[in-house]
Amino acid sequence: MKPAAFEYIIPESLDHLLQIKAEHGDEAKPLAGGQSLIPAMNFRMARPSLLVDLNRLPELAWLHVKDGELQVGTMTRMAELQHNPTVAAHVPLIAETVPHIAHPQIRNRGSVGGNLAHADPASELPVVAVALGARFRAISASGERWIPAHEFFLGTFTTSLQPQEILLEVTFPTRQDRTGYAFAEVARRHGDYAMAGVVAVVSLNAQGQCDSAQLVYLNAGDSPTPAVTAAAMLIGNSGTPAAITAAAQHASMEEIAPYGNLHASTEFQRHLARHLTQQALKTAFERARAEFLPHP
Amino acid sequence: MITFTTTINGKSYTRTVEARLLLSDFLRHECGLTGTHVGCEQGACGACTILLDGQAVRSCLMFAVQAEGHAITTVEGLSDDPKNLHPLQQAFRDEHALQCGFCTPGILMSMVPFLAENPTPDEATIREALSGNYCRCTGYQHIVCAIQRAAGVKPKNAHPE
Ligand SMILES: Cc1cc2nc3c(=O)[nH]c(=O)nc-3n(C[C@H](O)[C@H](O)[C@H](O)COP(=O)(O)OP(=O)(O)OC[C@H]3O[C@@H](n4cnc5c(N)ncnc54)[C@H](O)[C@@H]3O)c2cc1C
Ligand code: FES
Ligand code: FES
Repeated sequence: MKPAAFEYIIPESLDHLLQIKAEHGDEAKPLAGGQSLIPAMNFRMARPSLLVDLNRLPELAWLHVKDGELQVGTMTRMAELQHNPTVAAHVPLIAETVPHIAHPQIRNRGSVGGNLAHADPASELPVVAVALGARFRAISASGERWIPAHEFFLGTFTTSLQPQEILLEVTFPTRQDRTGYAFAEVARRHGDYAMAGVVAVVSLNAQGQCDSAQLVYLNAGDSPTPAVTAAAMLIGNSGTPAAITAAAQHASMEEIAPYGNLHASTEFQRHLARHLTQQALKTAFERARAEFLPHP
Repeated sequence: MITFTTTINGKSYTRTVEARLLLSDFLRHECGLTGTHVGCEQGACGACTILLDGQAVRSCLMFAVQAEGHAITTVEGLSDDPKNLHPLQQAFRDEHALQCGFCTPGILMSMVPFLAENPTPDEATIREALSGNYCRCTGYQHIVCAIQRAAGVKPKNAHPE
């Protein structure tokens, strides 16, 4: 047997699940898609004593658009997020990004909530969540609360979920008018964890000038890393090549802090981030302009 | 120990196992279905890919007991007669798409649902779909040809008849 022994529980309901969490806290590990947890258990890097299987609670897997938000239940599979036409229509950035997350076989099983709760700094969806200003609904036996994305990710494999809480739902704001969204990454092989990647979001005012911008990076620190100053440099600009180049330079050299790894040194990651930023910003401005309907 | 029932290649199995038994090890060691191969046990190589209710998933990243009530198809379920292979298996044979054959079951089980969803894929789409399966022998070219052949597209570099 590869994984260490554990007790396995299929909760009968959400209430039952929350009772188990209330009683056992961190010792009771939610088993979502298992695509990160089971590899860690196979190598005994994780040895939870109690697994609570979320796969048999249909009330955890759903998605719909309501009140200007895409609302997604934690156990919605990533394959569903990729292929559901509602997602592509209302949050095109997600549909563009999800195909870069692992391989089809992993996305068939891996869940949205599991991916986010795992909080891998190399992961794509957390970066999308921070760039869009997603909100996370955490629930425990004693109540629930909403956590903004930038407060959810605390560090590598660490979130602000409390030991007795689980993630129940995540909501992403739907696409805004005159706004362009773009994702770009470089991985050694399609579906592998990327060496560098960025989400760019650009909104234009009625004159076609940028009035808000977001740049958020993966693998650029120990959680999704925003480049706030570089994004602010774009305000008032119409997306000229000079402005894009300057923002990309600033973000990649001053604001991100990649660690470097076997496949990419820190310098190379910065180099990639600079090019990816230029590419993503160019696309985001083009998309925002295509949406741009000047006032008569 | 947990008792559970699952259907594998149309046949019902009821077994009592430890919760920590991986589905891949269950298929191989408890059911004798050794066509499902095990390479990395971390989801990367794809050799253990099977169908769970028709969808390709890694059997090394599921516990056997999680298969309760589900229908599993392994490579043995594609054909039970060596003289009458599944069309994709036949295409692999015709295009010499395997050498050692270690990766083949996982690739077949990934490509069966892929072709059902994409009956006429172009080469780039095929290569992208193969990204979740390692082959250390063939260099992939013959595999791509076999998938094209199974899709009814004449492969550019087809093996001479
Ligand atoms: C070969 C391979 C390549 C991959 N490549 C990528 C990639 O490029 N990009 C990427 O982002 N990911 C990648 N992944 C990871 C994949 O996306 C995982 O599916 C995902 O990170 C975890 O989702 P899961 O549903 O499988 O969660 P699990 O593995 O079941 O759980 C992960 C963690 O989250 C906890 N958890 C799960 N659900 C909840 C909840 N509702 N509340 C609280 N805690 C919860 C679990 O207890 C566990 O600690 C890859 C995985 C593999 C095997
Ligand atoms: S053994 Fe399952 S993916 Fe390698
Ligand atoms: S044929 Fe040997 S690994 Fe693919």
